[in-house]
Amino acid sequence: MRAYFVKRVLQGVVAIVGALLIVFVAQRLSGDPVALMLPMDAGEAEFAAMREALGLDKPLPAQFGIFMVNAVQGDFGDSYQWQAPAMTLLLERLPATLELALAGLVFALLLAVPLGVVSSVHRGGLVDRAAKVFAMLGQAVPGFWIGLLLILFVAVELQWLPAFGRGGLSNLVLPAIALGWYPVAAMTRTLRSSMLDILDSDYVRMERAIGLPERWIVWRYALRNAMVPLVTMIGVYFANMLGGAFVIEVVFAWPGIGRAVVDAVFARDFPVVQAGVVLAALVFVAVNLIVDLSYGLIDPRIRHAKA
Amino acid sequence: MSEAVALPRPLLARLLRRGEGGFPFLAASVLALVLICALLGPWLTPHEAGKIALADAMTPPAWAEGGSAKHLLGTDNLGRDILSRIIAGARVSANVALYAIVISGLIGASLGMAAGYFGGFVDAAISRLIDVQMSVPSIPLAMLFAAVLPPGEAMVIFIIVLSYWTWYARLVRGEVLSLRERDYIKLAKIAGVATPVIFYRHLAPNVLNMLLVLATLQFGSVIVFEAGLSFLGLGIQPPNVSWGGMLADGRNFIDVAWWLITMPGLAIMASCLASNLLGDWLRDTLDPVRRQI
Repeated sequence: MRAYFVKRVLQGVVAIVGALLIVFVAQRLSGDPVALMLPMDAGEAEFAAMREALGLDKPLPAQFGIFMVNAVQGDFGDSYQWQAPAMTLLLERLPATLELALAGLVFALLLAVPLGVVSSVHRGGLVDRAAKVFAMLGQAVPGFWIGLLLILFVAVELQWLPAFGRGGLSNLVLPAIALGWYPVAAMTRTLRSSMLDILDSDYVRMERAIGLPERWIVWRYALRNAMVPLVTMIGVYFANMLGGAFVIEVVFAWPGIGRAVVDAVFARDFPVVQAGVVLAALVFVAVNLIVDLSYGLIDPRIRHAKA
Repeated sequence: MSEAVALPRPLLARLLRRGEGGFPFLAASVLALVLICALLGPWLTPHEAGKIALADAMTPPAWAEGGSAKHLLGTDNLGRDILSRIIAGARVSANVALYAIVISGLIGASLGMAAGYFGGFVDAAISRLIDVQMSVPSIPLAMLFAAVLPPGEAMVIFIIVLSYWTWYARLVRGEVLSLRERDYIKLAKIAGVATPVIFYRHLAPNVLNMLLVLATLQFGSVIVFEAGLSFLGLGIQPPNVSWGGMLADGRNFIDVAWWLITMPGLAIMASCLASNLLGDWLRDTLDPVRRQI
């Protein structure tokens, strides 16, 4: 377990360094950052002084070194728009994005778990077939379009829920549905197939022979084991939702990191864009790491096998 | 018991796929329609896609109250015909999707083949590259490059290739890892067949089916990705017409003109659904044993 832990953490570190390298390359592609930072009428001497202050006169590897040293400290420079450290600006908005992604995940699970269980228990039944059609359609519809349709029908036509902004629970519902929409189909199918395997296993047959109520068998014993593949996916989907939230946040004017980064792209505020990408990669890698290392908590077989 | 009784398939499933394993006729027709619109767009549109006619602005679709037969799917705030714009948008979607998939398929498959066949250092290097690429979520990555590269079709294709090649690389690498242990590959090596010939004659044909399936399945997902970028204003720029851009325009009039956001979305949904169904059918037909993609 220890060796596995160390290996996974090292892989995570390599991935983050790689992400930083991509960001660095993109930064060099962006042209001369000094031109954006100085006033229009700045002279050649001021340009040279600014370049020297930023280390832009040094060779590329040295520049990457400086970039890395700063990045490790969370320093991606000040936002051109807000005159404040870019990472600090984004960290202030991170809770809003996490809240949205978490709500999306809860919505997806609330729909996928009952659907998956019922369609495995009543194979070929109405729910199973409806879930199949739903999955087929769901995979083909972009989340941001679902968001627009929800605004159109629920917020504009029916006026049940607010369409924009962050606030109480009522603000959270529509963006959470738009964001949680996509993984429902895949989660349902995964849970259904693992439930089918487990409902066919010896210990479930044993439980039936003992005479345990079917409801207990399905929801307490079978579901718990069938959740293992789903939990793997939850990590991946949660991480993807953080990325997907970038678009959904724009649709619903949600004050998270996604909208901040999109605004920054239009304002040519490159430090914020950089910090946003690195932050997204960090959270992505961290979530996947936590999920990988936590299988043991759900499934004792894995815990003991690696101990 | 219930398995023995032939249940009537849901109506939708019957329409979309006639019978288990039957050729998905409707899906193929939708994709063909998208491609025809892409090729012949300017000759098919009832009106010029960019033509502004303020007198006709905000006409609802023909079947709705106040609609006119002149504009089947209605017009936008500048009086531009929605149907014509959807047909024009098909060109962008199909173009981006085809280029992006072919390029990411070529890059991904070559790297995947090299990694699987040579193993060792080559495999380690390529696998780390895949890991790194996969640890940066694709939408934030797209924004990073949208911020530094000149916007337009080429940039959108570049961004999509950047996040999609890993799929092909992983798939091909896994397959080649098992292929290279087969006798005929080993014997070809012993017989002194040159490595490029082994790649071209013996490995490539064996992974081609899987590549075709994955490419078909991804056609729709690339269209959705492009629409998302264009919706944010980071992809295809006006005056070029794209479905995502149409949704972004329509969003400003969401409370007065429902057709502006429903129609382009339906076009995206139909193309994506069609590519998923055709891909599923291809997989079942070409790779009936494993169905692993």
